[in-house]
Amino acid sequence: MEQQREAGTLGMWVFLITEIMFFGGLFMAYTLYRSMNAEGFAAASHQLDVKLGAINTVVLIASSFTMAMAVYGSQTGKRQLLLVCLILTMIFGAAFLGIKAVEYNTKFEHHLFPGAGFKWESPEHDPRLAQPARMFFWIYFAMTSLHALHMIIGLGVMAVIFYYAWRGRYSPEYHAPVEVSGLYWHFVDIVWIFLFPLLYLIGSHLH
Amino acid sequence: MSQHIVSAKIYSLIFAGLLVMTWVTYEVAQFDLGRLSVIVALTIATIKAVLVVLYFMHVRYSSRLTWVVVVSGFFWLAIMIGLTMSDYLTRPEGWMSFPR
Repeated sequence: MEQQREAGTLGMWVFLITEIMFFGGLFMAYTLYRSMNAEGFAAASHQLDVKLGAINTVVLIASSFTMAMAVYGSQTGKRQLLLVCLILTMIFGAAFLGIKAVEYNTKFEHHLFPGAGFKWESPEHDPRLAQPARMFFWIYFAMTSLHALHMIIGLGVMAVIFYYAWRGRYSPEYHAPVEVSGLYWHFVDIVWIFLFPLLYLIGSHLH
Repeated sequence: MSQHIVSAKIYSLIFAGLLVMTWVTYEVAQFDLGRLSVIVALTIATIKAVLVVLYFMHVRYSSRLTWVVVVSGFFWLAIMIGLTMSDYLTRPEGWMSFPR
């Protein structure tokens, strides 16, 4: 049993490493284009809502904590704790996506989605920074939407785990599914831990 | 080797630490530290990520094999970004222009 559990954990980590490379390509693009025009990236980042970004960071860290406590509940055979923590994790995850949707909506209204409707024309916007700003928003939408997709998949996984936990399938002897899906959830949290300062905070000093 | 159970107390401490560091990185970003601000932001983010990996993801209590796999993942990411940037950043002036 011990060896089986170990193999499951290792398998999940191998998958997560492919995920590191998946997001890594976008982090690479971010690093390169920001090094080309840091000023434009800072000006574009200043258009993001830092407060909502910070709230979402706290929400996601809280969801990671409740996920860790869910694993603890399954390891110690505390069914009540496991169920409550899984529900809390899903609520925090859904709250994150809700706030994200509000942010996306505002960006579309402000013509900051880097499509045909992109506008960088108001008096406070330096027209020479229009191209780097457009690139910033392209990377912003690519990275945050890929991250949001992972959150949606994570919510689906949690719903399945909750169903089986509710049916009483997990015990201190057998709880690998809870632990392994926890690894996935924490990984998605780690991606956001890097996205928050890199996307939201680089323009904060521009007042 | 039986499974190590991380206590609820340790989880709570890590949670508190992550919240404090989120607050710190938010406050520090209000000041213009020039090039240093990137370094500070990434250092704090890396510490947070390491805490999550070691405690929430139990890597601290996992086997050597898991350690090697986890470290190699981040190592290869560093190679990709490091080698690519060492190319772009050392190109002569005028080589790099923003796509129009």
